[in-house]
Amino acid sequence: MKKAGIADNGTRKMIKTKLPESFSRFVLLPLWIGLLAWPLMGWLGAGQLAVILMVSAVVALVIYRLVSGLPLQGLSIAFKALVLPCRSLFEKPILRKMSVIVGLTLLMTLPFFLNNYYLDTINLALLYALLAIGLNITVGFTGLLDLGYAAFYGIGAYVYALLSTSIGLSFWLGLPLGGAVAAFFGLILGLITLRLRGDYLAIITLGFVQIIYLTLNNWDSLTQGPNGIMQIARPQIAGLTLRTPFHFYYLILFFLILTVIAVHRLLHSQIGRAWIAIREDEMAAEAMGIDTTRMKIFAFVLGAAIAGIGGVFFAARYSFISPESFTFLESVRILSMIVLGGMGNIPGAILGAFLLTLLPELLRGLANYRMLIFGAALVVMMIFRPQGLWGRRP
Amino acid sequence: MGQPVGVQIPPSAPTSLKIPSPEYRPSMFLQQLINGLTLGSVYALVALGYTMVYGILGLINFAHGEIYMIGAYLSIIYLGLFTVTGLTQSHLFLSLFCVFILAAITCAAYGMTLERIAYRPLRSAHRLSPLISAIGMSIFLQNYAMLAQGSADKVFPHILPGGSLTEGSVQISGIQVLIMSASILLMGALQFFVRKTRLGKAMRATSQDKIMAQLCGIPIDRVIAVTFIIGSALAAAAGMMVAMYYGVVNFYIGYVAGIKAFTAAVLGGIGNIPGAMLGGILLGLVESLGAAYISSEFKDGFAFVILILVLIFRPTGLLGEKSGDRG
Repeated sequence: MKKAGIADNGTRKMIKTKLPESFSRFVLLPLWIGLLAWPLMGWLGAGQLAVILMVSAVVALVIYRLVSGLPLQGLSIAFKALVLPCRSLFEKPILRKMSVIVGLTLLMTLPFFLNNYYLDTINLALLYALLAIGLNITVGFTGLLDLGYAAFYGIGAYVYALLSTSIGLSFWLGLPLGGAVAAFFGLILGLITLRLRGDYLAIITLGFVQIIYLTLNNWDSLTQGPNGIMQIARPQIAGLTLRTPFHFYYLILFFLILTVIAVHRLLHSQIGRAWIAIREDEMAAEAMGIDTTRMKIFAFVLGAAIAGIGGVFFAARYSFISPESFTFLESVRILSMIVLGGMGNIPGAILGAFLLTLLPELLRGLANYRMLIFGAALVVMMIFRPQGLWGRRP
Repeated sequence: MGQPVGVQIPPSAPTSLKIPSPEYRPSMFLQQLINGLTLGSVYALVALGYTMVYGILGLINFAHGEIYMIGAYLSIIYLGLFTVTGLTQSHLFLSLFCVFILAAITCAAYGMTLERIAYRPLRSAHRLSPLISAIGMSIFLQNYAMLAQGSADKVFPHILPGGSLTEGSVQISGIQVLIMSASILLMGALQFFVRKTRLGKAMRATSQDKIMAQLCGIPIDRVIAVTFIIGSALAAAAGMMVAMYYGVVNFYIGYVAGIKAFTAAVLGGIGNIPGAMLGGILLGLVESLGAAYISSEFKDGFAFVILILVLIFRPTGLLGEKSGDRG
């Protein structure tokens, strides 16, 4: 049985070692990391760290030994039992239709069973799912590492916030306008950068998010700087002002479903295939007659537009925004969602968004360690399962 | 992270950095030139780490800025040890040198471990994988420093003699002289290492063609490890200098400084060692003069504007060679 993930011999060895080797992996490595941590954490902290690492490594080893007769490592067995049946459900047309209907019914009735706190968290997860799908177009389908996604998100939010507080723009006009302005910025950035190689694009978009943040934070006369903008108008439908999580749930769910359908259809069109061809091999795609620059810019602009729309939602939902919500860290958070769920597929993005929004809520006690775990999880995912939880092996 | 704090106003350098003046004063220009050179030599040292790793692995080592931040913390911690034993009072420069050596060794170990854990298993993976792994490592190290050392500023003790050379109204503080001369020394040593030693030659060979170098019997794993070790040691030096210069260290300094240093590396031509030095100095000058004459609030934005301009008009950087798939 083949092992999951792209990993070289070194990693494979790390998992399937003989005892003397595993001694160095599971005893010496934690000791070494403890030694590294010693100057910063002191004897006590570093010692604890080493012991914790050692114990967890040994536990992992024991679990691995226990299940080593089985085809995959312990973790992926549980994973296989849980996620893979769901995934295969999506692959048979009839079952997929049924599961979609069942799922929709569940989603429509969900708010009746939950209190406002849970519903609010789920709303946030839905919003992040929308954003993650947008980023997935750029990063997952087209393979352009966009680290400036939060900038487009912020642009959308600020466009609506400013126009709503100054000229009383309605939410329904703000939604397309926020998306359009974000898309326009995406177009400019795309035109500048998309002739560059992947990692240059990453660093430029990173610079872009920083410039936008600095602008929002320092242009006091327009954006009120770090104080943020308050009392942003909430959306209204036929005289009814949407203000409770219950209302927003349906609003966001409606747009999420719309986006999912649109992106799904796009993905299975000529454009979507062109994107995937570019991700797999840009030069070959170009040789096959795909206008790669145009397709890349389109992916970038579409991703930016979805981020802008998400931003308008965010501003309308919380009725308050400040530059702090649109930093590089926010980009990374959305990126981690699609990395975790699986780059290049829509259910993966939704799964990642839900996991990374709900888990921190459940693990409130570990709030300080949240970003630490985020970072480590990114590394671990890349090494052991680069295709994400949902994705299939390339 | 996310906060635009890369460069604070140095408490030890009572300059006019904060008050941009509309009229042109030659002394202020000179003063900013000196501040810029100091800042630039720090950027250059960090940029070297980026450029060497990029030259060999084609990877933007996002976590490099965090190594620099850890170096700054370590210098404060180790200096504390020397102060307790009373060595700083009797042999100031010797103990500073020892602190530097210890911080460099520790950071080198960090860099080596980083490469071993986060990058080596991904060497043959899709090109986005190591990049995302690097971002993850950067976030991890930043939060690790925050958890281990707290989120409050750490203060570097005022132990250096406060005297400064004054020429007219232009001041050069002792720390600035120390920083500039130490960076020149380190960069010279690096140039010597890369140009003249066997390992340096192996490094250049690996950066030109990894497979060919391997065929010629160069242990490229070891060469890559050495690259990370040297880059991290230089970052530790830069971290220590910044800790001395600004007097405070925080866990988020690595992020902005890292991006700026990367900009410097791109400006000079990424993969090119003299280019990184030139790019660092130029970036320091632009920032320092820009803060004085254009806007001090957007000081951290200049680096990005330069980065974008360079990538549009000269993607190979100032000293970089033409390369088909990079530009």
